[in-house]
Amino acid sequence: MTETEPTGAPFPHQVFAADVRAADYPPPFSSAEVIAGPTDAPDERIEVGVLIVGGGPAGLACAIRLGQLIEEDPATAERLGEVPVALVDKGKQPGSHLLSGAVMNPRAVRRLFRGRPEQLEGVPTYGEVPGEGVYLLTRKRALRIPPPPTLRNHGNWIISISQMCRYLAEQAEVGGTFVLPETAADRLLVDHGRVVGIRSGDKGRGKEGEPLGNFEPGSDIVAGVTILAEGTAGHLTGAALDHFGLNGREPQIWELGVKEVWRVPKPLRRIVHTMGWPLRKPARYREFGGSWLYPMGDEMISLGFVVGLDYRDLELSAHDLLQEFKTHSFVRAILDGGERVAWGAKTITSGGWHAMPRSLGAPGLLLAGESAGLVDLARLKGVHYAIESGRLAAEAAFRSLQRGENPGRIGAFDGYDAEVRNGYLGKSLREVRNMRQAFEKGFFVGGGLASAMTVSKGKFPPKEFHNEPDAAAPLLRTDRASRYPAPDGVLTFDKLSSVFASGNRTRDDQPDHVRIERKVPRDVAEMWAWMCPAQVYEVGEDDGDGTVEVKLTPSNCVQCGAITARGGRLTPPEGGSGPEYTLT
Amino acid sequence: MSTLVFLEHHGGVIQKGALGVLARALALGGDVAGVVVGHGVADAAASAGAFGATTVYVVDDPAFEAPLPQPRVDALEAVVAASGAENILFASSVLSADIAAGLSARLDAGLNWDVTDVRIEGGQLIGKRPALGDTVLVDVGWTSTPRIALVRSGAFEPVETGGSATLHDVAVTLQDFSTAAQIVEQAHEQASGPSIEDADVIVAGGRGLGTADGFRLAEELAAALGGAVAATRAVVDAGWYPYATQVGQTGKSVSPKLYIALGISGAIQHKVGMQNSGVIVAINKDPNAPIFDFADFGVVGDLNQVAPKLAELVRARTA
Amino acid sequence: MKIAVCVKQVPDTTSVRRLDPATNRLDRSGEGAINATDINAVEEALRIKEAHGGEVVVVSLGPAKALDSLRKALAMGADRALLVSDEAAAGSDLVATSYALAKALERENADLVLFGQQSSDSDGAVLWSAVADRLRRPLVSQVADLGIDGATVTGKRQTEFGYDVITAPLPAIVAVSDAINEPRYPSLKGIMGAKSKPAETLSLADIGVEPERAGTRGSRTTVLALAPPPPKGDQVKIEDDGSAAEQLVDWLVGRKLL
Repeated sequence: MTETEPTGAPFPHQVFAADVRAADYPPPFSSAEVIAGPTDAPDERIEVGVLIVGGGPAGLACAIRLGQLIEEDPATAERLGEVPVALVDKGKQPGSHLLSGAVMNPRAVRRLFRGRPEQLEGVPTYGEVPGEGVYLLTRKRALRIPPPPTLRNHGNWIISISQMCRYLAEQAEVGGTFVLPETAADRLLVDHGRVVGIRSGDKGRGKEGEPLGNFEPGSDIVAGVTILAEGTAGHLTGAALDHFGLNGREPQIWELGVKEVWRVPKPLRRIVHTMGWPLRKPARYREFGGSWLYPMGDEMISLGFVVGLDYRDLELSAHDLLQEFKTHSFVRAILDGGERVAWGAKTITSGGWHAMPRSLGAPGLLLAGESAGLVDLARLKGVHYAIESGRLAAEAAFRSLQRGENPGRIGAFDGYDAEVRNGYLGKSLREVRNMRQAFEKGFFVGGGLASAMTVSKGKFPPKEFHNEPDAAAPLLRTDRASRYPAPDGVLTFDKLSSVFASGNRTRDDQPDHVRIERKVPRDVAEMWAWMCPAQVYEVGEDDGDGTVEVKLTPSNCVQCGAITARGGRLTPPEGGSGPEYTLT
Repeated sequence: MSTLVFLEHHGGVIQKGALGVLARALALGGDVAGVVVGHGVADAAASAGAFGATTVYVVDDPAFEAPLPQPRVDALEAVVAASGAENILFASSVLSADIAAGLSARLDAGLNWDVTDVRIEGGQLIGKRPALGDTVLVDVGWTSTPRIALVRSGAFEPVETGGSATLHDVAVTLQDFSTAAQIVEQAHEQASGPSIEDADVIVAGGRGLGTADGFRLAEELAAALGGAVAATRAVVDAGWYPYATQVGQTGKSVSPKLYIALGISGAIQHKVGMQNSGVIVAINKDPNAPIFDFADFGVVGDLNQVAPKLAELVRARTA
Repeated sequence: MKIAVCVKQVPDTTSVRRLDPATNRLDRSGEGAINATDINAVEEALRIKEAHGGEVVVVSLGPAKALDSLRKALAMGADRALLVSDEAAAGSDLVATSYALAKALERENADLVLFGQQSSDSDGAVLWSAVADRLRRPLVSQVADLGIDGATVTGKRQTEFGYDVITAPLPAIVAVSDAINEPRYPSLKGIMGAKSKPAETLSLADIGVEPERAGTRGSRTTVLALAPPPPKGDQVKIEDDGSAAEQLVDWLVGRKLL
């Protein structure tokens, strides 16, 4: 069935409904595979007091706070054993897998370093937001619009999350945490209904899984409390939510952001957000998103394009949208004479309040940061939520390990859960809980609803909106790809050289880490190929029965998480693989 | 200025690279002498006369039979003292690099390596060397004498002058530790050749070779050029050649002086692994292959015809 | 048996490598990684220790954060780390570096000193030979296979002409190539245990290096100027009419590549 848009509308073209959804071709994966008991002999297991999975702002804030608590309360610290706090991260070093805009509300980091001014001084930033502008783009113009109340950033800091977390990791180590990069968290160890730690991933396996000459098996790391701070599309987090029945009222949904950092001759003196072009407004396309441009001092700029992963057009490509976006005269003027120095991609958890886990704790387990669904998409804020929840998680974990307490009992972390939901984090999220979903109605209606929500602090409209899983988006085709600019290597770039610019040096003689149905209708395979910013998926041979083979190049993967949203399942490859972000 | 050029020899023949450095030294002017160290090397030393050396210092003794560096440091120390040379130039090789560095420590003399040119400016010797993967050229100097330089092999061509050389024997006192290392077995099979990261010449094969057997063409050409064989990801995935030889985004990055791509299209994931090569030659039957955009010399043709012919011509030249 | 492994931290090859315009020297302020072949040297040392017993010490000359590279070696299984870190060492060339390193190694008095063959930041192949001369010890370089038998070390040395087999009595200096082994991944226990292994930081004075032998004062070479490389010149593209091979050979000769 085809329809033609009314003439005079932007993008007049044919729309072909593909009548197929990625959700109908689920990946060969089950959360049960990720849950297991310890298998190492007891004296081979690595014992730690508190184990943190994830070296992002939530995990690191948690580690730093634990370091402070250990100093203040040596008696309880003793109960944590020889290795009181360990933090594992799958990237090559802290910051390698971190990517964000970012403009951060400094409230949480100030609280974290309260009474420690030198540590607060040391947080690397690009200064306070100097000014801001919000624009609605059309193909040729940039119309300045008053910033929606959710996008007011006065007093906030511009940061690189990768740089900031390299600094936070040093502080965590100084405070006594063992930071263990290049360590994938492969399985969640559960014993008698209680989380007792994780199993780290093997290293040195070949493409078929066979052990190579330098094969090093993973280890069981057992802990009194395990804190999952894996960020977006977390591997253990997804399995834990299923296993403990903690999935939120609504299914989780995601956005995909593609980012570049540019060195420019002309400083940008304010932060900029845009909406509109090159995204399409009609509701049938479900194209929600926009861009950012943030100065990083006088010499560099962070820019990126974000699009909701519930989009319908199977040729939509966030990477190419960013390239197309740069061709707008407004953006060209900002980048003029500059050169790209970094590239990356990452998903953002955007289900908000409704999709938050039913509880942020389970026996022996705490969820913090984006793993706990704590992202405020309307305000484009997640970093300070991560830091604050990490800090609270540290306090909850520490309390639970005090004499007379038991972190393994049911309800041990109800207090933490309540603190997050009832404190300023929960309050902010509740106010904007329906905003993202309102945009299903398209840009104008959605925008109107969003304003109403903001003004009423979430009380209006009275009904609650629902999330549809991103993978259930019915696909359609509109020849969108013909409008993507051809890469010129100066302003616009192809995916492969971008993957190279991310510092990705993943060993490709290792098992495939992406779980995906390999035989699917062409439309689904094409959707994946366009979706992936790193060109992991390619449409392979036609099987003659209406399906095609999906070809994978997993070594390109920058672990953005988009495949988990759109019908596959990302699992962590060998520790140390993936991008090596430093400026994102 | 007086310059001493180390004339490495193998199998009784002075190495071409050394003769090239000799030619350059002679062009710089001043007193230039060669030095040959070994056993039974009188003829080899004399042959340097045909390439412009008028004086050759000779250290000829069974102790120097084996091509080991440390006795040669002793020898050169003696020759430098005997000749009063200010500059000591070596054509870079596995052996000469060790000798030059040992000599640098022995005499506390500055050593600049990977030098692609030398010149005299204001009475000073200045060297030129590439740095950072050949992306910048650096002028390097010495703050005292003697000055030692390791010149990149192949930087200069020998010049036949048809002259003759006067040989001077030099007596050498060997240090006790210099002769402690001994050669037990001297083998000359090309076991597996240089690893691709160290190779100065690489012949890389891609899908255009047709089958795994096609790699024989690459091997033959590599052997003729004294280089290593590399492969693209596509053929490694297909099992035609080992992963250790894979060049590209997910394999190794190489920057040889000469990179010959056989049947390779030049897609970016391969390009990023070899784009810093000194000179890139491509042989491919597809005239639109992207590799022709960045190859210095491109041949649109059948590699099954061109590659063997090329190998044959190269062998004829180096014989 | 005591084995010392000399390890160098070099800028990570993925981050943009630049020369610092102020000093004309490599800008080392970016992220650092242990030089790739040094990891092979550490691995070889560990294998020897596992076969013959003894101690593996990793030694480095560099800025304070070179300790990260040393930690990695400790995580792999080395027993002790020694870092010589001193601002006065900045700008050291081969003469100054080999002098300082030799002093540090004299102190250790190891039976075997290992180096990794290539350093990715300066593409040299020279340090160990200078150190061997200063320590007055036999040297075997470009070793692709190494064996220890009692007090003798036997190495398979890879040259342009093939492989030679060389023996030398201990104490000796050996430089290994990346073909020698496949380095192990550090285990988690190894990584965590590395923190409590002894890691010493000394100054140049501590190891007996006189001020006039250090840094630019102690160096005998200098960097004068930078320039962009000359443009590559015109590209040639021909169709084979049977003479392509000849034309290519002529062109390669003209470019001094044959």
